[in-house]
Amino acid sequence: MPFIPHTEDDIRDMLQQIGAGSIEDLFEEIPADLRAPPLSGIPEGLPEMEVTRLMQERAARDGAPLNFIGAGAYEHHIPAAVWQIATRGEFYSAYTPYQAEASQGTLQLIYEYQTMITRLTGMEVSNASLYDGASALAEAVLMAVRINRRSKSNRILVPGALHPAYRATVRSIVSNQDIELVELPWDERLGSIDANGLEAYDEHDITALVVAQPNFFGVLEDVDALTRWAEARGVPVIAVVNPVSLALLKPPSEWGDRGADIAVGEGQPLGAPLSGGGPYFGFMTTRREHIRQMPGRIVGRAEDADGRPGFVLTLQAREQHIRRSKATSNICTNQGLVVTAATIHMALLGDAGLKRVAEACWHNTHQLAARLSRAGIQPRFAGDHFHEMAFDFGPDAQARLARMSRAGVLAGHPLAAEYPDLANCVLACATETKTAGDLDRYVKALA
Amino acid sequence: MTRDEHSLIFDRSRPGRSATAQAPGPAHDAAGIPDSLRRRADPELPAASELDVVRHYTRLSQKNFSIDTQFYPLGSCTMKYNPRACNTLAMLPGFLNRHPLAPAEHSQGYLETMFELQEMLREVTGMSGVSLTPMAGAQGEFAGVAMIRAYHRARGDDERREIIVPDAAHGTNPATAIMCGYQVREIPTDASGDVDLEALRAAVGPQTAGIMLTNPSTVGVFERHIGEIAAIVHEAGGLLYYDGANLNAILGKVRPGDMGFDVIHMNLHKTFSTPHGGGGPGAGAVGVSRRLLPFLPVPVVVREDSGVYRHAAESDLPQTIGRLSAFAGNAGVLLRAYVYMRMLGREGMTRVAEFSTLNANYLQAELRHAGFDLAFPERRATHEFIVTLKRQAKETGLTAMDIAKRLLDHGYHAPTTYFPLLVPECLLIEPTETESKETLDGFVAAMASILEESQRDIDTVKSAPHRLPNRRFDEVTAAKRLDVIYRPETAF
Repeated sequence: MPFIPHTEDDIRDMLQQIGAGSIEDLFEEIPADLRAPPLSGIPEGLPEMEVTRLMQERAARDGAPLNFIGAGAYEHHIPAAVWQIATRGEFYSAYTPYQAEASQGTLQLIYEYQTMITRLTGMEVSNASLYDGASALAEAVLMAVRINRRSKSNRILVPGALHPAYRATVRSIVSNQDIELVELPWDERLGSIDANGLEAYDEHDITALVVAQPNFFGVLEDVDALTRWAEARGVPVIAVVNPVSLALLKPPSEWGDRGADIAVGEGQPLGAPLSGGGPYFGFMTTRREHIRQMPGRIVGRAEDADGRPGFVLTLQAREQHIRRSKATSNICTNQGLVVTAATIHMALLGDAGLKRVAEACWHNTHQLAARLSRAGIQPRFAGDHFHEMAFDFGPDAQARLARMSRAGVLAGHPLAAEYPDLANCVLACATETKTAGDLDRYVKALA
Repeated sequence: MTRDEHSLIFDRSRPGRSATAQAPGPAHDAAGIPDSLRRRADPELPAASELDVVRHYTRLSQKNFSIDTQFYPLGSCTMKYNPRACNTLAMLPGFLNRHPLAPAEHSQGYLETMFELQEMLREVTGMSGVSLTPMAGAQGEFAGVAMIRAYHRARGDDERREIIVPDAAHGTNPATAIMCGYQVREIPTDASGDVDLEALRAAVGPQTAGIMLTNPSTVGVFERHIGEIAAIVHEAGGLLYYDGANLNAILGKVRPGDMGFDVIHMNLHKTFSTPHGGGGPGAGAVGVSRRLLPFLPVPVVVREDSGVYRHAAESDLPQTIGRLSAFAGNAGVLLRAYVYMRMLGREGMTRVAEFSTLNANYLQAELRHAGFDLAFPERRATHEFIVTLKRQAKETGLTAMDIAKRLLDHGYHAPTTYFPLLVPECLLIEPTETESKETLDGFVAAMASILEESQRDIDTVKSAPHRLPNRRFDEVTAAKRLDVIYRPETAF
């Protein structure tokens, strides 16, 4: 029997000890009229060999296109050691580290993760991670509402140039709590938030301001000006940042005069494969003074009865399994295994490696822009970019994308569905994984 | 204990050292980034060689208990064996390198697989539709309660403000209800472990949006009056939410849809054996009855008449509660669950319930024989059961915590302790179907020896663990001192 070790003798002996005549007798408390019909819709079991064949065929069917789509999930090289270690059984098949003495490996790793991610964002404290970047932002919005007790409006300013799926996710998660999301327009020419447009809210009660750096269009925002506007009004700033970009860009802790209050983002670029959209992880960092308002697990250093150092889950009184209906969130899990990978990834790359990755991303994307420009395709926005750009593909953008896809080049993510005003635009990204030859192939496939 | 065994990766860091081969080739500058937006000081990530990093994290892994190394009878968590093939096949390059926004022609293999997973989950739970997008059990719960709210709202039934939750429920249940804008009303559990029907009748009314239940319940018994409960709640106009934490116990035996539930979440990391990963990623697929179909969270995989698979989004499901993640949930976890289900097949599903129940009832019988008290001695165990140390705590001072910690010395992970809250000094024990009789016998022997030890030398038990790298921690001081990131000036 697959994954069940019982022999006929075992079953007989066990039933005898229980005092039951058959396994079926063990289900006698289930009312007869509720018993399930045969599961005819589920196929017969297959041996590992046959499932392997099936999955190989399915995986191969999706091909190996040359991918220039980013839009929130970015292709990066992941060192071989990362997932070999992360999938060791001792990490892979361990439970949440509630029994600290039996979980020092996972706990110390999370402590190291918290340290690394706060060093990247410049913030003072971090949790052990949330589900993904979008849901981390939703939790950050709820957290900002808790922090800003002075504000009565529950009105959050959100850039229109924030990832559309992030805006949608935040809406789904916070909509039952009387929180209003107000979208800030982006500057038609630059593609960044129009800081002057904020003046319209000067006299309003605003609970928090969300700033994405870079924004969905890959454009760099004037984070200092935006943060200062909020600071002047006592409005908390939620930063949404790409962790790889932080090797080059000013960390949220240094935005404006005081820095952002909460910094979140998608952790995927730190060692998680694209993998069809998950599992990734969301990171969340904040000021120390707000740690008790932060959702999710947190690891802290502790001493045992002999004074030996070690690590435990701390401040659990914020969490659902203790506080129940008064918890900061219903969240239970963190994305442990992906955080394990990310921690190993950051340790391997270090400052120098991560900076090289970020610079190569910037360089390749700008190289792509130069080549496209020669082919008559221009960037849509005049602002400064990190590693992604919206390009104006002209009126036959959709047909062109489809043609290129058939030729094995995924030229980018079309913006038409989410931004009708940008119907001809395609968002493209060339990370460090792209060679000059890859860029040539992109341009060639355009024709 | 040498200093090296406690060292952090930062202690191994040396300026100028790096794992050169892991970074991309020739350096470029990013000259176009304006100075005002640039980072000034390096973040100070570790500077270590590849071997340093590999050795450090390999060594850390060895400080963990895990299913692959230890028996893990953690009630409510279903720590069964995670087949290796699930991991290998989910990490095939075609799946691993597929961008979530890749066009349909580069996603058919994946989408067909997900469509079939939806269908299998629908079948095994008896629901009408499934969405795979929630990223964990708690997010599945959120989706479920949000759908209940959207359903009432769509009918103009805005007076329903309450969700009923049994006092034995998981903490996520009341926390979720609050996140969805509801108030929580708790109802008691009766002496035999079932929901107190009189209390339920008194609690329902025009303010009732729904009830959240786990069946088998969190006290490890099958809720025998589920049909009556469903009738009471439905008559009051409320809906029934099924917390799938204990689905392992009834797979193929009884289906939540047939019990009258309107919405369920499944924990694929429990029932369908995807890894717990040291605390995630999970996957909390949701299933719904016909009347909740329009509200499913997006995206959902659909098959066109042409045979092409695609993700249905907001435009296809205008009443959806919306999106819960940037893309389509924890795709890689879903692939692992699919592989598991295909290997088990239809008969294998039913065997999961049968042998997890056999193991739990055997362990319950043996522990009782060894002198332990059961919380519900007159009931059958489901896939788990509760031992209470109320008597021993009074007689010798032996608590659930003491047993949990002393078991670690014997090489067993502790059962779940102090949950559910209503049973004093409880151990919630779930052996799962993948453990052999010898393993269970070894565990019983360890439990018996701890009980015996507690009668002659309670201090040794109360100060356990003794054979692990650490003794019990001072969590109160840890929460006060709050050292959550490493700073060189406060190093060990």
